[in-house]
Amino acid sequence: MSNSAGLFSSSLGRKYLMAITGLFLCSFLLIHLIGNVSLFTDPVQFNEYTRFMSSNPLIRIMEIVLVVGFLAHIIDAIMLTKANKAAQPVKYAMDKKKSTWYSRNMGLTGTIILAFLILHLQSFWYGYKFGDVAMTLDSSGAAIKDMYTMVLAAFSQSWYSAIYVVAMVLLGTHLNHGFQSAFQSMGLRHKKYTPAIKKVGTAFAVIMTLGFISFPIYFYITQL
Amino acid sequence: MTKFVDNIPEGPLADKWTKYKADAKLVNPANRRNIDVIVIGTGLAGGAAAASLGEMGFNVKSFCFQDSPRRAHSIAAQGGINAAKNYQNDGDSTYRLFYDTVKGGDYRSREANVYRLAEVSANIIDQCVAQGVPFAREYGGLLDNRSFGGVQVQRTFYAKGQTGQQLLIGAYQALSRQISKGTVTMYNRHEMMEIVKIDGKARGIIARNLITGEVERHSAHAVVVASGGYSNVFFLSTNAMGSNCTAAWKSYKNGAHFANSCYVQIHPTCIPVTGDHQSKLTLMSESLRNDGRIWVPKKKEDSQAIAKGEKTALDIAEDDRDYYLERRYPAFGNLVPRDVASRAAKERCDAGFGVNKTGQAVFLDFSDAINRLGKDAVEARYGNLFQMYEKITAENPYEMPMKIYPAIHYTMGGVWVDYNLQTSVPGLFAAGEANFSDHGANRLGASALMQGLADGYFVLPYTISNYLADDIRTGAISTEHAEFEKAEKAVKDRLDFFMDNKGSKSVDYFHKKLGKVMWEKCGMARNKKGLEEAIEEIKAIREEFWKEVKVPGVQNSFNQELEKAGRVADFIELGDLMCRDALSREESCGGHFREEHQTTEGEALRNDEDYTYVAAWEYKGDNETPELHKEDLKFENIELKQRSYK
Amino acid sequence: MAGMNLTLKVWRQNGAEDKGRIVEYKMSDISPDMSFLEMIDVLNEELIQKGDDPIAFDHDCREGICGSCSMYINGEPHGPEDLITTCQLHMRSFKDGDTIYIEPWRAAAFPVIKDLVVDRTAFDAIIQVGGYVSVNTSGNTQDANALPIPKADADAAFDAATCIGCGACVATCKNSSAMLFTSAKISHLALLPQGKVEAQERALNMVEKMDELGFGNCTNTGDCEVQCPKGISLDNIALMNREFLGASLKSEK
Repeated sequence: MSNSAGLFSSSLGRKYLMAITGLFLCSFLLIHLIGNVSLFTDPVQFNEYTRFMSSNPLIRIMEIVLVVGFLAHIIDAIMLTKANKAAQPVKYAMDKKKSTWYSRNMGLTGTIILAFLILHLQSFWYGYKFGDVAMTLDSSGAAIKDMYTMVLAAFSQSWYSAIYVVAMVLLGTHLNHGFQSAFQSMGLRHKKYTPAIKKVGTAFAVIMTLGFISFPIYFYITQL
Repeated sequence: MTKFVDNIPEGPLADKWTKYKADAKLVNPANRRNIDVIVIGTGLAGGAAAASLGEMGFNVKSFCFQDSPRRAHSIAAQGGINAAKNYQNDGDSTYRLFYDTVKGGDYRSREANVYRLAEVSANIIDQCVAQGVPFAREYGGLLDNRSFGGVQVQRTFYAKGQTGQQLLIGAYQALSRQISKGTVTMYNRHEMMEIVKIDGKARGIIARNLITGEVERHSAHAVVVASGGYSNVFFLSTNAMGSNCTAAWKSYKNGAHFANSCYVQIHPTCIPVTGDHQSKLTLMSESLRNDGRIWVPKKKEDSQAIAKGEKTALDIAEDDRDYYLERRYPAFGNLVPRDVASRAAKERCDAGFGVNKTGQAVFLDFSDAINRLGKDAVEARYGNLFQMYEKITAENPYEMPMKIYPAIHYTMGGVWVDYNLQTSVPGLFAAGEANFSDHGANRLGASALMQGLADGYFVLPYTISNYLADDIRTGAISTEHAEFEKAEKAVKDRLDFFMDNKGSKSVDYFHKKLGKVMWEKCGMARNKKGLEEAIEEIKAIREEFWKEVKVPGVQNSFNQELEKAGRVADFIELGDLMCRDALSREESCGGHFREEHQTTEGEALRNDEDYTYVAAWEYKGDNETPELHKEDLKFENIELKQRSYK
Repeated sequence: MAGMNLTLKVWRQNGAEDKGRIVEYKMSDISPDMSFLEMIDVLNEELIQKGDDPIAFDHDCREGICGSCSMYINGEPHGPEDLITTCQLHMRSFKDGDTIYIEPWRAAAFPVIKDLVVDRTAFDAIIQVGGYVSVNTSGNTQDANALPIPKADADAAFDAATCIGCGACVATCKNSSAMLFTSAKISHLALLPQGKVEAQERALNMVEKMDELGFGNCTNTGDCEVQCPKGISLDNIALMNREFLGASLKSEK
């Protein structure tokens, strides 16, 4: 096997890919969360932010990179999972693991997050681009798509908000394991720094989860 | 009587090996790949030999009964490996290591072999370090040494308490490298069943594939037996469960003499037996005696109360304790050699002072050391051992004295070999614990690993080449030869017998019974009457075994009971030979203590006048008495002295 | 002292072709001082007396160093206690009336030979492609003290080298990954100057072989480290990951 060409087909290469794409997606989450904060501050600002995100050419390019990142992360995960299932075809009648549930179920949480992502894109990304969106005015008085109202409408439905909350909690567990795991996979482990990386990962997971669930919960409650 | 040809080169002791190597015949590299060598066993001796012969380009076939060559029992050695490096500048030298080994062996080993061992010891350390064996180091980055077993220099290299493991893994890695290069073919889960001789020379083996049960023929131009010792003849020993004498015993039955079988080493600090279910004994490092004090109660009623669980060691007042080693051997105290400490424990327990329910245990007490040095210091020295002890016994040795008792640990005797490590059968070599050659009547601590690696890495490659130089025109040995046919049939007949025998008792039943006889009558202390009884009892066990042994399962499959049956059949025969050897040696020396031959104070009494020889026994037939040959030991460099530890 | 009564649920499989099943055995009067394997010895003696086939299991040194024993006991490799092998497990770790499941290692790369015995030659195959220093035997390798090695490196190499190759890491891993085993060897040799020369080539070859043999991938759950009887650390896997990455990028193949 040619080693450099085969890098990403080897078990370790796939781990690097998982780690790199995972961390990249983490950066996306962070930016997404920061952008969404304007939902709490000013509907106009939020609508302008949405317009910026959907029209800026650099952002459009990044969107493609993001899609590639997602696809790589997902496809890699499918391949790894398939190999891992094949590696242990017979299960134990009695099995006690000492590891955490979420570290062993990254595939499951990942799949649920993917399902959520499809729903999320369908509601907002597809809805914004191709749906019938009401118009409002931006700060200069020009017409702008009223994403803010769309979000409010979506989160007024209890089932819809509930799905968000559940998905974001699972995302939190996914991040809690995935963040520190990415460093381990790339060989970045150190007696002194690894405990800190783990703490940062947990903090990141908690912030992302609380941050993202704050929107459905806030808008659901305020619209009761 | 056969005249022994020991093939020791002429000349001064220190020049013999150099001269041998200079004179040895070689095999041209192009011819080596056409020459096959079989190596049985993958411990330090066998693994090292197979790897080295493979590197030279011979076509090696390596056999082990375990599932991987890495599991050979050398792995369990704890303490260390001796080498005359003199890194500590404490006056060590090749000669001193040679002298200590001969003296430690109670003057019953061959000078030339031991000198060679001491000579190559330094090379072993160099070789192992080059292989990546992680020996203990000092902060300066250089190798650390510890002292061991009563010698006056620090020459023992170690890797925590796992020196054997690290050295074996080194040999295993060297072997693995040759396997990948194709010079060594590995046959794991294969048991050697028979030696095949053609025209008087060893030319192959019959082996059984332990997974499929298939009986296979393997030919070679030379066969090396490196299958370890025979401590399991006692059933309970510190050896691994699978350690067996079969390869050595088949060598004997095919004409190789078996030497000094009565020399067995008993290790004083093992965890005592707890009941009939016990399968195996666990060694606690000898180093514990550096700080632990050994005692039993002075009053029998105290011992009995402890055995019944009515009292503990802590209830016995200081004045009521008998520190019997300190009492008997004020100069060496608790640090007397292994055989002396072991016999003293047996003496106290036989007299009724044992401190557990079987009556076979003495205390090893660290309370003084803890008071003197503090618990932390004791923990730093022995923490891992204390932890192991607690895991096995569920008693905390920081609070309650340990209980220990001697156990069979190593066998100095084995297949007789000459200076070339060749047995009395041409082309059949024996190495490591399987041969008898270097330790005399008693082995020093940290010398077993040294001998195994010396034989495998540095001796056999020369001596086997020297032998094989005459075989370059022989060509491949056919496994169709009538001798293969005959040997295979004998093996299959025996397997068939086991499977067909409608017996009523398991193999272990006989093994335990044999072990009990051996331990009681051919163990730490022997006497004429007991040995004569033992020979009769073993005869009865043997008869019963062949009548009543029951082997379940089928032959052509994985069948562990069938494996054991063959091994125990051989142990029973070996037990008989050991008793005969012990009976014929009317003296006490090293690991052989005859109660008739002791000083008035109960110490071992050698008889150099009549017994300065190697007792090599020749097989004469199944129901015949074996014939004793004597190889006189000549001491030209060392003066024989009585050991004293008072 | 009255012994314990136990119910054993043991995996029985008569050869590689057999499907295998759990068989229940009742044990009575088991001494808490017995080792776990001695308890199996007792059961086997009973089975032999009854004319049944005894349970096949790997075991040899019975003191925790050879790495032969390999039982998955009540859902954990080598049973419930930490840092020991099955042969060091004693019956006092169980209670009267307990039910104990005993299964073989489960991994595609470790096929069952019989009952609780599995074929672990895949581990040997991984070592054979590079788990060594390429040095021939000779009487004149350089003096052992010619090359000082920092104590910390020597100690770390030793810690990695204490792996006994039992396969508990593979058995407990939900992916049957052999990363802990493989990395322990890569790490042991990469940490020493003698092994450093071939470190990258070694990492490439051993990882490639490990993949080829059908071991799974590492998802960093950490079960291997927790269950390793010798406490081999995940540090080794990280080191392997570094070595392999560097080697892959540099490799001209």
